[in-house]
Amino acid sequence: MLLSEVGYARPSSVDEAVRLLAENDGARPLAGGQTIVNVMKARAAAPDVLVDLADLADLRTIATAPDGALELGALATYAQVIASSEVKAARPVIAEVAAQIADVQVRNRGTVGGNVCSNDPTNHLPPVFVAAGASMTLVGPDGERVVPAEEFFLGVYMTAVGPGELLTKVVVPPRDGAGDGFSAITIGADGTCIVNAAATVAGGEARVVLGCVAATPVLLTAAADADAVREAVRAAGLDPPSDLHGPAEYRRQLAEVVAARAVAAAREGT
Amino acid sequence: MEPVTSMHVSVTVNGELYEREVEARRLLVHLIRDDLDLTGTHVGCDTGNCGACTVILDGLAVKSCMLLAVQADGASIETVESLAGPDGALHSLQQAFSDRHALQCGYCTPGMLMSAKHLLDHNAEPTENEIRRAIQGNICRCTGYVNIVEAIDAAARGEVPA
Repeated sequence: MLLSEVGYARPSSVDEAVRLLAENDGARPLAGGQTIVNVMKARAAAPDVLVDLADLADLRTIATAPDGALELGALATYAQVIASSEVKAARPVIAEVAAQIADVQVRNRGTVGGNVCSNDPTNHLPPVFVAAGASMTLVGPDGERVVPAEEFFLGVYMTAVGPGELLTKVVVPPRDGAGDGFSAITIGADGTCIVNAAATVAGGEARVVLGCVAATPVLLTAAADADAVREAVRAAGLDPPSDLHGPAEYRRQLAEVVAARAVAAAREGT
Repeated sequence: MEPVTSMHVSVTVNGELYEREVEARRLLVHLIRDDLDLTGTHVGCDTGNCGACTVILDGLAVKSCMLLAVQADGASIETVESLAGPDGALHSLQQAFSDRHALQCGYCTPGMLMSAKHLLDHNAEPTENEIRRAIQGNICRCTGYVNIVEAIDAAARGEVPA
């Protein structure tokens, strides 16, 4: 398909990327391109300039910080995450979830940063990062700031990343005995999520985060047992969307189910 | 660099270096098919779902309709044309597909073959489940997949007449 005409720049440093994003109205970062290229085909967005981050090798790394936190570079691909010994040691749920995203070809190109910045409500990683208490590091013309995952997702396709800002990494704190779990009902194996839930359990308390039921991930806390978690989901008064994959009532029911499953999986991982 | 709407791109495709001036908006699959005239790589859905456009880029299977050609600048690409030998001898995967009737209309086959090659390049002895997951991003509307899975398994186990 022929896309609308677009400008293209491939900066060699984060500073240059930030400058390009700030100076060009309608500039968008290009990571793996597994969302934005299709969005451009559908004419759902028409960026004036794509700032290709491919040469920013520093953003591609996955590392463990001295305090044990897992640092996922924004450009780390799902395939990298799945194969990473650091992820496996620190927060294995992230690798398990990455392995369920789309298909081999998409996992070879799609990135952690692209997943959270596109913030499609059906994406897998936003609930996982909110449950785990991760934070997003943004670099902009005025320097660096850190946004907790809970405050990062603002609306459908909208995040805290402001004009001229670039997500450089996602930092996930060490588990310190906590367990993580994830559960999703999908359209076919590894397909788009109809409802998903991530949970992090520590000391008998669960942080449960539901995806696909609202514009942004919904964080709930409850005692880490199935009845308490189901009650918390019911009490949340969810108003999920209806679509051809299921009416709102079906999603409300599934939300209880996947929340309880995610917490059960998290308890096994403690 | 300041933003440009077209740029000089060099890519190595099937071992041969190509240099072209390419518009930023051009998809990699159109560079391969229309500019380089390598029409084995197919455009099926053009939405990233069907996998008919799958090529191997720097060792990794990708859907070439979901990449801009400029993103492949400097990359090494394998397309379905790389599989058969210079004398036309079929690759073991191609032979297995032929022997086991793993295609009907054949439209998805180039993508299936490249996804299968990517699998066997990384995993010489895949299980049936691993084969099925490896071609999850490739849609076939004719075969029901059974013969495709059998063909990949046969190629992996060397059960293909030379």
